[in-house]
This record gives sequence, C-alpha cells and structure tokens, in this order.
Amino acid sequence: MSNNSKIDLDTLKKLGKLSRIPIDEAGSNKLIEDLNKIIGFIEQLNEVDTESVNPLSSVTGHNLPIREDVVNDGNKNNDVLENAPEKKSGYFVVPKVIE
Amino acid sequence: MSNLLQFSISEVLSLLEKKEFSTKELVETYINAIEKTKDLNMYLTTCFDQAFEQAKISDQNYLNGSQRFLEGIPLGVKDMFCTKGIETTASSKILKKFIPTYESTVTQNLWKEGAINLGKLSCDEFAMGSSNETAAKGEVINPWNFEEKRTPGGSSGGSAAAVAAKAALAATGTDTGGSIRQPAAFCGVVGLKPTYGRCSRWGIVAFASSLDQAGPITRNVSDAALMLQVMSGYDPKDSTSSNKDVPNFYNDLGKSIKGIKIGIPEEYNSDGISSDILNAKDMTINFLKENGAEIIPVKLPLTKYSLPVYYIVAPAEASSNLARYDGVRYGARIDGNSLDEMYENTRNLGFGDEVKRRIMIGTYVLSSGYYDAYYLKAQKVRRLIKNEFDEIFKQVDYLVTPTTPTTAFKLGSTQDLLTMYLNDVFTVPASLAGIPGISLPIKLDKNKLPVGIQILGKDFDEQGLLNVAQVIESCASFKDTPNGVAS
Repeated sequence: MSNNSKIDLDTLKKLGKLSRIPIDEAGSNKLIEDLNKIIGFIEQLNEVDTESVNPLSSVTGHNLPIREDVVNDGNKNNDVLENAPEKKSGYFVVPKVIE
Repeated sequence: MSNLLQFSISEVLSLLEKKEFSTKELVETYINAIEKTKDLNMYLTTCFDQAFEQAKISDQNYLNGSQRFLEGIPLGVKDMFCTKGIETTASSKILKKFIPTYESTVTQNLWKEGAINLGKLSCDEFAMGSSNETAAKGEVINPWNFEEKRTPGGSSGGSAAAVAAKAALAATGTDTGGSIRQPAAFCGVVGLKPTYGRCSRWGIVAFASSLDQAGPITRNVSDAALMLQVMSGYDPKDSTSSNKDVPNFYNDLGKSIKGIKIGIPEEYNSDGISSDILNAKDMTINFLKENGAEIIPVKLPLTKYSLPVYYIVAPAEASSNLARYDGVRYGARIDGNSLDEMYENTRNLGFGDEVKRRIMIGTYVLSSGYYDAYYLKAQKVRRLIKNEFDEIFKQVDYLVTPTTPTTAFKLGSTQDLLTMYLNDVFTVPASLAGIPGISLPIKLDKNKLPVGIQILGKDFDEQGLLNVAQVIESCASFKDTPNGVAS
C-alpha cells in the first residue's frame, strides 16, 4: 500500500459501519487495495478547473413537478407486507431494540 | 410455415395478422428455443403458463381484428424490472424470492399493447458490471463462439444474449453507463438507450437514479423503433419522466440523411483498441458519406473524465438506493442478536463483492469531509461534460463512435477492476449528459465476434438516431448469426 492510500483499515471499518456491511479484517487487504485503486482513478478530476461551475444533479432541466396533496393511492397494507421476512398483525417485525 | 424464429417484430405482426401462424405456435417456438439454449444461462425465471394464457388472448384479438400494437410479441425482460407475481431479483441474493405486488410502468406499457412475457433475464447484480459475471446465479455465455465461453457484456447481458440466440424476439434492458449498448455490441444486436426521462423508471430496481434509463434490445433498428414507441411516455409516478410527446418512431423511419452533419470525436479512441473496431468505424463513415451526410472531425476533450465522474456519481447514488435492503421489508433476512447485527448479516451475505465495493466507494465520497472533494467535484465536471455535448450539437447533428474498445472477451479473463471499468469508456459520457445513444452491429472481427458502432444524438432525438442507424444498418447488411442459436 502506498503512502498516498486514502483508505486504511480504520477508514474501511468506518465505511463498513456507515453502510452496515461488516468488515472481515483478515480478508480486508484486497478490498482496501481495490478501493484505493478506484479512489486513485477518480482523483484525476482534480486536473479539471471547476471554479464557479454549478454542480449538475439532474439532466432533465425541469423542476420537480408538484401535485395537489391528495390521497391518490392506498389500502395496500397487505401488498406492502407481502414480501416481509417477518410480519405480525399488519406490521413489520424487527429484532428487539429496547431491553 | 418455416422457422418462426427468423422473423423480426414487424414481420411477425404482419404474419400474425394474415393468420399465417398463431400466437400460440409462436410462443411454443420461443419456449422451445429457450429450452434449447438453456446452457447459455440467460433466463433466471420463466413464466410459460402465463405466456400461453396471454397467447390465447392475442389469438382471440387477431380473430376479432382488435389486435393491439405489439399483439403476441414474445419478449424477455431484464430482471431489473419489477413484474407482478413473478420473482424479481436484480440478479442479487438479497432479493431472492422477492415477488413484486406491482408491475413496472415500462413492462406494463408493453403488456397493455399485447406483448407477451417469456421470463426474466439475467444481468450483473443490481446492474453493476460490464460482463454479467457479478450475477448471483452465474454468468451468461455469449452465443457467439459459445464453446469459447465469452462474456455477453453487461449489465444487460442476458437480454442481449437472448435476442442474439433467438430465445426472445426482443428484450428490455436498462442502461446506467452503457448497460444496453455494450452488451448489444458484444452480442451483435441493436441496443438503444433513450434520452433520460423518455421511459419511466417507476418499478425498475434503482441503481443510480440520475443515470438509469430503460430501453430496448432488438434484432434490428425497426424493431427498436417499435419497442421504444410502446416503452416510452410520461408517468406521473416518476418525477423525472418527460411529458414530451412520443413520436411514431416506426412510421417515421426511412428519411434521407442527405446533408446531415455527423461528428467524429477524436477522443473516442483508446490504447489497444482493435484494428477491426477502427475499421468498422471507417466503414460506417463511408456508408454515411455515400448517403450524403457531411463528416466533421470534432473534439470532446473532457471525454477522459467521464469514467472518473461516473465512478463517483453512480456509486454515491447506489449506496443511497441500496440502503433499502435491510432485511425488514422485502428480500432476504439473516437473523442477528440485535437490529444492527441483523442488518449487517443480511447485507453481508446478500450482496456480492462488486456491489459491496461500490457501496463502500459511494459511502466514502458522500461522507463528511470528502463530499466536496469527490461528490460535488464530480457533479461540477458532469456539468462541464454536458456543456461540451451541448456545444458540439450546435455544430453537428449526431456523433458516431465505436461502442466498445474491444469485442467480447473470455469470461474470467479480466481480473483488474479498472480494466473492467474501461469497457464503458465510450458509453458513459452519453449517460452523464442524459443524451440518447444506439449501438448496432457492423461486421465480425478476426475472431468472428460482432463489432458495434454507437450513434449519439441530441436530447429526445431518438427518431433521428433511429433513421441514421437504419441507413448504416442497410449498408452494413450484417446478416451473420451466432453458433449458439436455437433453430
């Protein structure tokens, strides 16, 4: 790993925590190497002068449409729960969060 | 009737109308073809019973003379489209056994016009890949020289392979950075990525929302026009969907291209690009000249920054979109002792390596302290790339480029990440700018593999794109078929 590497094991663990993907420390070298390769690649953008350029987040060129705040769909409780791994009395069930 | 698999969509529609064969016979023929090409690993799920039910309705409609626009056309659907009552996995373990309770707008548009669903086609996991190798159920094998086990490209690898192998008359695909055009090129078929907003994204498994766009993969250009016409249209359920009128793409084909200006960007070249691909580009330029088009060399100097922008924007959006796979509402759940542990176990076993890498990169470039340096910077360069296209389209009407730097490579042969990412170097710029692009086959290379050429156009000028593509298609007269094809 070169000195320029942006992602080390600590950073990786932090990313794993943020994205809820556990990091297996024993097998993390390859992942760290791959991520640094990608970071090195995307850093080419530093060559481009972007002074006073507006960031582009959408290419549509139109503002997001606004509609009346009225109910136009609903009564889909069963549909919404249809694929839930665990459900009870019309609710999703998750592991206990309060002792 | 001779082999029904040989006919294009427009031919099938006219033969069905003349009662030369029935929709039921057509569907049977395609199901047979799917069985025969099983080794290519293209279909993840099939729905033959429903297909026969639909065929009955189609035959009745032909009998009554009340046939719809695509009545009886048997299609394959990329597994990124939610299909009501039919398992939809995006080729990921995390969506195993997910049965949508709703239908995507694009597929609904197709079924409403009488098209028939044969089944769901494999792709890279969550459409993240250029070789179909990240699919949870294993890679698709390209029907060209199938014994050499080459990639069909990706991410719509199953769709392109199925159309090439004649295991579907046409297929739907999605394109985020080249996922329709690159596999179409590798499989010797036509792939069209419409303008961003032309087709609704509602009900399509989200990868990178500011880039994702659905489009058709077909045997020829006129079939692409027929499919696009039905797939397109405004949808209030997608806030980025366009309310522009949908032209009659098919009827308006065949216009002369005399006097139109075609730009040839010099940057769409790369180290190691094969001489066959450069030759296909030269052939295309000659076809266009012969038909009266004016060829103009142009410069798009920011082209080389497109891939770095893409590998910030797409993973950033993906890391956000894929946060929904939490083991609570749908898909797989792997239990744990706490809520967080359940999330982690589920996501650890549910996502493959490439998806995890992209989530990590996306999380990194969006995280506090790095957002400005990476994500915001990428959005700014994206603006400059779009501006560059806007400027060039003041000088020329279309751009012609190779679709890919290579033809289909052998599965497992590309181990280096960045080499894999370079597959999309010619397709990503149009995705960033939101403009439409089409790839069509020109010739075979020295290994007897198809070479594709890409045409790019202005926003919402799919009609012009299709016209130019059809002129090139008729000159190239690409008639070869792969050996891994049903007959």
